[in-house]
Amino acid sequence: MTLVFGLITGTLFGVFLQQAEAIRFERQVGAMRLIDMTIVKYMLTTIVVGSIGIYLLRDLGVVEFAPRALSLGLQVIGGLVFGAGWAIIGYCPGTSIGALAEGRVGVVWPILGMLLGGIIFAFIYPAVQQYIAPIGAFGRLSVADVLGVSHWVVIAFLAVGSIALFKFFEKKGL
Amino acid sequence: MKFEAHHKPYIFGALSGLLLTLSVAVAGQFFGTSTTFPRAASGLVQLLGVDMSQIEFYTVGNGTNTLASFPNWQLLFVIGIGVGAFISAKLSGTFKVEKLPPMWVSRFGDSTRTRILFSLVGGSLAMIGARMAGGCPSGHGVSGVSQLGLSSLIALAMFFVGGIVTARVLYKGGAA
Repeated sequence: MTLVFGLITGTLFGVFLQQAEAIRFERQVGAMRLIDMTIVKYMLTTIVVGSIGIYLLRDLGVVEFAPRALSLGLQVIGGLVFGAGWAIIGYCPGTSIGALAEGRVGVVWPILGMLLGGIIFAFIYPAVQQYIAPIGAFGRLSVADVLGVSHWVVIAFLAVGSIALFKFFEKKGL
Repeated sequence: MKFEAHHKPYIFGALSGLLLTLSVAVAGQFFGTSTTFPRAASGLVQLLGVDMSQIEFYTVGNGTNTLASFPNWQLLFVIGIGVGAFISAKLSGTFKVEKLPPMWVSRFGDSTRTRILFSLVGGSLAMIGARMAGGCPSGHGVSGVSQLGLSSLIALAMFFVGGIVTARVLYKGGAA
């Protein structure tokens, strides 16, 4: 059943990503060149609605979750390395599959590159764990924990901040 | 309110947020895609006859980074993205066979060899970075930030910092 849920969820996600045009090279690189904010609008809306939904579920006692563990070394270095690669290929792992499916066949090269990266990572994994992971390791912290406020305060700020950003983008035609 | 093209990222973003909520409620699954790549890649290496079963990365978590974890929720989720994007593109008439992205061609030309070279380097960096950071724009960006995870917020910010700086270098002075 888990597999069926995965397929159904992925299919709907693929439809939404394609309709929002978030899987296009031009939209992704456009965001990084600061000339087209489509993917930022899409992502932030998803995050705001998603955070309200999952925290509502948690407050109702339906689900439990904890954020991924924080390691400044892993997230800062890994994040920057990902960003550099992302700008070069113009796709992220999930969108690359969607792009292939809408006929952008040139994405096979970035996909091959990412598979290659998966193998390279296997070899550097012990060194990453030994030298980078311990840098600034703080465990599973949420922004609400760190600030010592209710998660709804953080979500409200996220929502208001996102809407302000959206107004700015629309005004500037980004 | 009239439906306009520029509302699309908001409407489909909101639907994606609802979908994430439903997925967590019904299947207990947050979105994520990047771990599927090293898993699939380990299978390709096996096909070539290379034995990497003793490498630590493939032994942790009872082989969660190997082909042995297939089929799982995330693999089907990734396949689903392809199925959904295909159906959506066909139905909306936006399916288009394109060898290279036009924005890339206007900056770097239409040489396939150049694109392959950049793609292998860039793709490797993207996947090494995603696995190091512990997620990609869906796992950290959407799922992690929705959980208000500090690690995910930092990772997402770094994705964009790395991306913006690199895009600036790559497309500096180039045609739009």
